[in-house]
Amino acid sequence: MLTDTFLLFRQEIMLALLLFFLVLYKLGRARPAAHLLPIMNWLLLLNLVVGLLFYDWQGVLFNGMYRTGELIVLEKNILNLAVWLISMQAYGWLRQHRHAAEVYLLLLTSLLGMFLMLSSGHMLILYVGLEMATIPLAAAVNFALSSKRSSEAAMKMIVSSAFASALLLLGISFLYGITGSLWLAEIPGMLHATPVVLFTFLLVFSGFAFKVSAVPFHLWTADVYEGAPVAVTAYLSVVSKAAMVFVLVTLLYSVFAPLEKTSHAVLVVLSLLTIITGNLFALRQQNIKRFLAFSSIAQIGFILVGISGYSQTANASVIFFLLVYVFSNLAAFGVVGWISTQTGKETIADYANLYRHNKTLSWILAIAVFSLAGVPPTAGFFGKFFLLTAGASKGDYLFISVAALNMVVSFYYYLRIIKAIFMEPGETGIAALSLPFWPQLSLWICTGGMLASGLLGVIYQYIYSISPSH
Amino acid sequence: MNGYAYLIWIPLLPLLGFVLMGLFGRTLRNASGMIGTLLLAGSTLLSFVAAYQYFFSDGKVNDVYRKITAFTITWLQFSPGVSIDMSLVIDPVSAMMLVVVCFVSLMVHVFSLGYMKGETRFATYYAYLSLFTFSMLGLVLAGNLFQVYIFWELVGVSSFLLIGFYYDRPSAVAASKKAFIVTRFADLGFLVGILVMAFYGQSLDIATLIGNLAAPQSAAYLSMTTAGFMGISALTWGLLLIFIGGAGKSAMFPLHIWLPDAMEGPTPVSALIHAATMVVAGVYLVARLFPVFSLDVSVMQVVTWTGIVSALLAALIACTQTDIKRVLAYSTMSQIGYMMFALGISGSGGEDGLGFMASMFHLFTHAFFKSLLFLCAGVIIHFVHSNDMRDMGGLRKLLPVTHVCFLVACLAISGIPPFAGFFSKEEILLAAYHANKPVYFIALFTAVLTAFYMFRLYFSVFWHKEPGHSPTHGEGALSMKLPLIVLLLCTVLAGFIPIASWVTVDGKTLATHMNPGFSVAPVVLSTLAILLAMRWYKKTSDTPDAAASALGPAFQTVSKKFYIDEAYLFVTRKIVFPFIGRPAAWIDRHIVDGAVNGIAGITGKLSQSVRAWQSGKVQSYALYFFSGIALLAIVFIYLWK
Repeated sequence: MLTDTFLLFRQEIMLALLLFFLVLYKLGRARPAAHLLPIMNWLLLLNLVVGLLFYDWQGVLFNGMYRTGELIVLEKNILNLAVWLISMQAYGWLRQHRHAAEVYLLLLTSLLGMFLMLSSGHMLILYVGLEMATIPLAAAVNFALSSKRSSEAAMKMIVSSAFASALLLLGISFLYGITGSLWLAEIPGMLHATPVVLFTFLLVFSGFAFKVSAVPFHLWTADVYEGAPVAVTAYLSVVSKAAMVFVLVTLLYSVFAPLEKTSHAVLVVLSLLTIITGNLFALRQQNIKRFLAFSSIAQIGFILVGISGYSQTANASVIFFLLVYVFSNLAAFGVVGWISTQTGKETIADYANLYRHNKTLSWILAIAVFSLAGVPPTAGFFGKFFLLTAGASKGDYLFISVAALNMVVSFYYYLRIIKAIFMEPGETGIAALSLPFWPQLSLWICTGGMLASGLLGVIYQYIYSISPSH
Repeated sequence: MNGYAYLIWIPLLPLLGFVLMGLFGRTLRNASGMIGTLLLAGSTLLSFVAAYQYFFSDGKVNDVYRKITAFTITWLQFSPGVSIDMSLVIDPVSAMMLVVVCFVSLMVHVFSLGYMKGETRFATYYAYLSLFTFSMLGLVLAGNLFQVYIFWELVGVSSFLLIGFYYDRPSAVAASKKAFIVTRFADLGFLVGILVMAFYGQSLDIATLIGNLAAPQSAAYLSMTTAGFMGISALTWGLLLIFIGGAGKSAMFPLHIWLPDAMEGPTPVSALIHAATMVVAGVYLVARLFPVFSLDVSVMQVVTWTGIVSALLAALIACTQTDIKRVLAYSTMSQIGYMMFALGISGSGGEDGLGFMASMFHLFTHAFFKSLLFLCAGVIIHFVHSNDMRDMGGLRKLLPVTHVCFLVACLAISGIPPFAGFFSKEEILLAAYHANKPVYFIALFTAVLTAFYMFRLYFSVFWHKEPGHSPTHGEGALSMKLPLIVLLLCTVLAGFIPIASWVTVDGKTLATHMNPGFSVAPVVLSTLAILLAMRWYKKTSDTPDAAASALGPAFQTVSKKFYIDEAYLFVTRKIVFPFIGRPAAWIDRHIVDGAVNGIAGITGKLSQSVRAWQSGKVQSYALYFFSGIALLAIVFIYLWK
């Protein structure tokens, strides 16, 4: 059925239409009019709604190259939601930007690449999607046009991505050499734990470990995050990472399922390294943007802990955590980005006594920090708790204890922000800031998400019910 | 539903108060105190109704108090085996605790109307107070370990906010951070303990968990006692870890270091959090899980000895402190030690369950006289503008009501009949006498010390010398005196409440054996201690100083709190750091507050060396990237097969 085909494909079609619209819009005028941003916010909301319709359709297109199902649709919707939230938060930055339309073009192209990756049934589509998701981002990183650091960050990102992609491609060609197939469904049946297969696995795995910035493949992260504009940093650390984690889970749980023993061990080692390094870096940061970037490395470590559980519970916990992570991290980035574009203040010391004049912003930031740290009853606590439980199901308590211990260490540095906001007597504090409608809406949605998504058990249960059993 | 649906309102009313004051604090201003107090009065009323209904009409079936689940919602089916429910449970222990928390909190709310009057952040104070009360009530009513943990953390957060209330004092900020982080470390144990319990016990619901484990031959029990790690069974690990969580909140040795510092908070807050409610949460947790704890003899030994050691150490330290609130803080720690070891020596049924009953009884009476003591201390500090005993003296005529209240509370805590503390303490001593003789003698000695240091405090504050300054204002508003008088009545009367027929380990009435002959020794010894304190401190005299210098180094050791804070510092400074190999100059600058900051310091230092990787050169990033893969390949392909 033709309509069915289109409907299965609707999220990609919607994005493609948005991209056409942007290109045509850009052709018409050199400088975007003020109404472009509200229009884009509405269109992205429409995009999210279109994704939510027919949420339970599943099927295969193009001879199996493209596949979709309830879980994949949900993952895409989480990404859509995140992009919508970021778009609203970028209002302050893009309002004055000459190239606002191009920023949207780049980010949405990258999103389309991620969608292809998530839906791919074949290694080649996956690889094409991955490149499509990465290259526009390097350009987007460069969009603080007057800043040298921004250009440097873009260059670093594209060069390091090239390493990762080359190795990934090498892994994929090995995989083809070993199994004679690049169909995701066919590969697992032909894999056996021989050294060359393990090496292939490591190549592919490192490619993704680079994208999610797991230690020791994380080194590009700090420079790029610091150089990029806040909205792009938010996109990199939330949308891009979430998409890569979704794909990584699929790869580990289905394609490389026969290598579970090795991949579990690799995950244990990398997750501990990642959590510990992320925490160590975050501890020393004075710049709040860098601080958030490093704390997000530690968060990835916790996600790897969850993945190492290899069960339906683990799968659901990871997806749930990423949903929560979208809300918490974007709330934090939203507040920090707004303060940084309005006042230029970016260090933790600048936040002293923020509470005095900016009560709402302070509370939202505090809830976000508590949620990132995992203090109940915010959703972040549930997310972390589920991840640890999922990881614990393998019975490796020492590993879980070290991870949990790190969770406590992380409280120390998260508490620094809380302390600055509420307890440090800043001379004057940051003057009262007014929030326009769009960023405000975005922050309230994030806050609602942080407070509700943990307490509403149905959300996790729904994710659990559509996760594949293992 | 079973007629207890209204229980949900008991925690919800303070939550409503928190939301109201949090959102409209600025408009409500001074009205917020009244609103918070009235909402809490509603909760208190409901808790009395609930306790009455439970104890007198439908709690008892066939002479046994059963557990009633007011309602339960399957809130999250986590995995096929384990679901997380939200439930409200009322059983003898939670019914009693409900009344205590609501009542003491109400008294503190009323007292604060006068005490905190004129504070610029009056509304914020009441908002925090309501948040705390909500969390504590949620903790009390929770029927599920996971739920307990959530409220447990919320209690921690709200107490962090309250201790740091005077945020313009650096010491208060440091104390709040210390309290939060020390208890967080303990909670880490709790969290892992919950995971172990859930994994082996196949449930997070307390009643189901007890059901699954209590039968000695049940599948869960067998799997838990056989599975082990480092030669210790999973059951022992789980219980020990949970107990660490409880010990952290209840300020048991060696996790007690946060409690004295926490006295930086406003005094009514100390009365609420650090006397009657939060600090007994650990005891409460052990009591709720008691059937599981009693399965493991070795854990019960740990509970006993942690309790008695804390009781003794704290009592010794209290004899040497001069800050009135710190004396009270150490005495709290000591009394909680009593409750803890009473649980540890208790058996699980019938006559053997005396320790459990006695512990709960002491929890009940202690809540009244200790919050009374703290509130009195609040009045005194308000009056003298100092925390130091040496600045006080001769206050009996200036503060007559406080004087009587303080005296009665001191008599109660010293175990002098007929005040509340006498009854509960005698039960504990009796239980100890039958169960464990060494513990009994240490407990007796601690009781004598308690009488001594409490009356040292009493005589130094109210007698000792003539008041050094003329009063600038009176004893305080009615809102400050009224709670004192109400709590005074409770302190006098609470001992006569027949807790033994209500709150027992197996729900059956326990016949008490108040034996006058047995009570002679403790009462006489305590009286002698009081007389000694009177002789030394009623008038200015040189004897105490002479005694102190005669004891020399021993006195020094005790007055420096056994160097425990220093020990933490020593371990971090002299052992951990050279081991890491970092210069001491750096450490001096960064280690301000012992172990807690110490750990952060080590990590900070490490992170500096890690930062060297982050050179900013893309070439070197590529090198790390390739070596990362090579390393992983070597490890996982050749070494770890």
